[in-house]
Amino acid sequence: MAEQREKLLSIRHLTMEYQPNRRLFEAKKPSVKAVSDVSLDIYAGETFGVVGESGCGKTTLGKCIVRLLKPTAGELFFNDGGEMKDLLRLDKKTSFALRQKIQIVFQDPYASLNPVHTIQEAFDEPMRVHGIGGGSREKRTEIIANALTRVNLQPDYMYRYPHEFSGGQRQRICVAKALVMEPRLIICDEPVSALDVSIQAQLLNLMRKLQRETGVTFFFIAHDLSVVQYMSDRIAVMYLGHVVELADAGDLYARPLHPYTQALLSAVPVPVLQAKKERIVLKGDVPSPMDPPTGCPFHPRCANCMEKCKTEKPELHEVEAGHFVACHLYQQHT
Amino acid sequence: MTIRKKTRNTSLAKRSWQKFIQNRMAILGLIGLVLIIAACLAAPLLTNYDPTLIDPSIRGLSPSREHLLGTDRLGRDIFARILYGGRWSIMIGVIAAMGANLLGAALGCIAGYYGGKVDSVLVSIQEMLSIFPGTLINMLCIGFMGKSVRNLLLIFTFTGWPGVMRIVRGRILSLKQEPYVESCRANGIGGMSIMFHHLLPNTLGPIIVNSTMNVAGYILSEAALSYLGLGVPDNVPTWGNIINAAKRLDIVQTLPMLWLAPAAAICLFVLSINFFGDGLRDALDPSSK
Repeated sequence: MAEQREKLLSIRHLTMEYQPNRRLFEAKKPSVKAVSDVSLDIYAGETFGVVGESGCGKTTLGKCIVRLLKPTAGELFFNDGGEMKDLLRLDKKTSFALRQKIQIVFQDPYASLNPVHTIQEAFDEPMRVHGIGGGSREKRTEIIANALTRVNLQPDYMYRYPHEFSGGQRQRICVAKALVMEPRLIICDEPVSALDVSIQAQLLNLMRKLQRETGVTFFFIAHDLSVVQYMSDRIAVMYLGHVVELADAGDLYARPLHPYTQALLSAVPVPVLQAKKERIVLKGDVPSPMDPPTGCPFHPRCANCMEKCKTEKPELHEVEAGHFVACHLYQQHT
Repeated sequence: MTIRKKTRNTSLAKRSWQKFIQNRMAILGLIGLVLIIAACLAAPLLTNYDPTLIDPSIRGLSPSREHLLGTDRLGRDIFARILYGGRWSIMIGVIAAMGANLLGAALGCIAGYYGGKVDSVLVSIQEMLSIFPGTLINMLCIGFMGKSVRNLLLIFTFTGWPGVMRIVRGRILSLKQEPYVESCRANGIGGMSIMFHHLLPNTLGPIIVNSTMNVAGYILSEAALSYLGLGVPDNVPTWGNIINAAKRLDIVQTLPMLWLAPAAAICLFVLSINFFGDGLRDALDPSSK
């Protein structure tokens, strides 16, 4: 079903390796592969969820897409009016122009707004450099007022400073700040994890409403599985820089295939009294990304580990329609 | 759509001001500063004597009604010299502090934001300047460039930037990781705007505090150099130059006002500015309540 839709972003073999700073006379330190060989397709208008524990590379992936980080390898094809352009190999002008189309909302609402600028100043600069509102200041102010109204804030709040707002309000401001740029894709990097649960629901509903109105695509990064399930159409599960499973949201939660996904989902609390649930407890810790295990990145902790897993890295492949998994257990099914 | 621009009293500047006026020592310092600066500016109203006029007939007088603080060995009125000298001393302190802090802030911004080679080079220069004794470097420069107020200001500016550069660089290093800066970069906003429009205003507090402290420092440096005869030219009355006249032991003993009065002026001014600076630091520090 998703296949008929318009592709917005194609991530191909994206790898991001952090090279540690090397000082004079210091031995070479191993690099850290935060994202290794990730390929994903994101369709226009959907919400694409990415889950995984801390340090699995989901934020790095998001930052590569908005080009805050320069990936060490791979391609990022972005649909610019029907033409797929590689964001990493563009001339300066197009590269700059396309930045407007991909916006990011950060996790920490308290650090996402510059304390010395009013909301209006914070909104105005990116709009000005990208020529939104036709270069007219009045027009831009009007757009800002509209955007604030859309996130249920009063227009005259734009002359206030960030410290005058609560966390939830600030995060709504950040969403509005992304929206005024008329983006096609918004990277939401754990937008609700710093908020109270009641405020979380409020913001999530608001984001869904805004998505219906504008048709914007969300790349939704989170570690809260219930939040991702609520928001996403499709979900990718990441472990140690790899995508281990990718499926429609309902499918993934109903029938997780990868042992890691199974363990992850078994940890979701069930809001039913006396609900008995078998909890899969993983042994050990996540291996250091400086020294990743050979073969399947999950094999040292996997209950179903086979000989093959220790040497050969499983590729992501389609087990059922729209359900991808990177695990040798399902290799024979194809 | 008409939206009224509201000026609310919770802006950052207002909050800092309220914090500042609750600090008694800071207010005392501010009053001291205002009084001294006003007295220096109003010198022609407070005294009728020319600070540079040499009159051998009134050499070495003790304090009297005509000469409030007496006269020096060339017959110049000490009270007049202190008032007019304050103009020069304070001006040198303020301009040198502004120069050094502007230069240091700009270099700190560039070093912190761009990092890499630029940073290494600037930090190395900064370290080399810092490990050299300040007075020695100033004396050497004066020796090569000659005595003049302009040279002194240039030397203070070009040897004084390391301190503030370190402060600003450190702040920028941590601030540039903030999401609001990343959001700018994600939108393709240029480095100049990020450095000077987004980052620098967030380091303004430490820069202002450092500048006020530097004013005191440069007044002391100028006094020290002038006392050694390597400061400003002899015909320019500064607080340091006035003390310079009291180098010989017999003068120290027979004309105590010659060194006591300018020393007291320097002490009072430096004390005031340090109290003021302390108050500013507390008021501008967002983490202190």
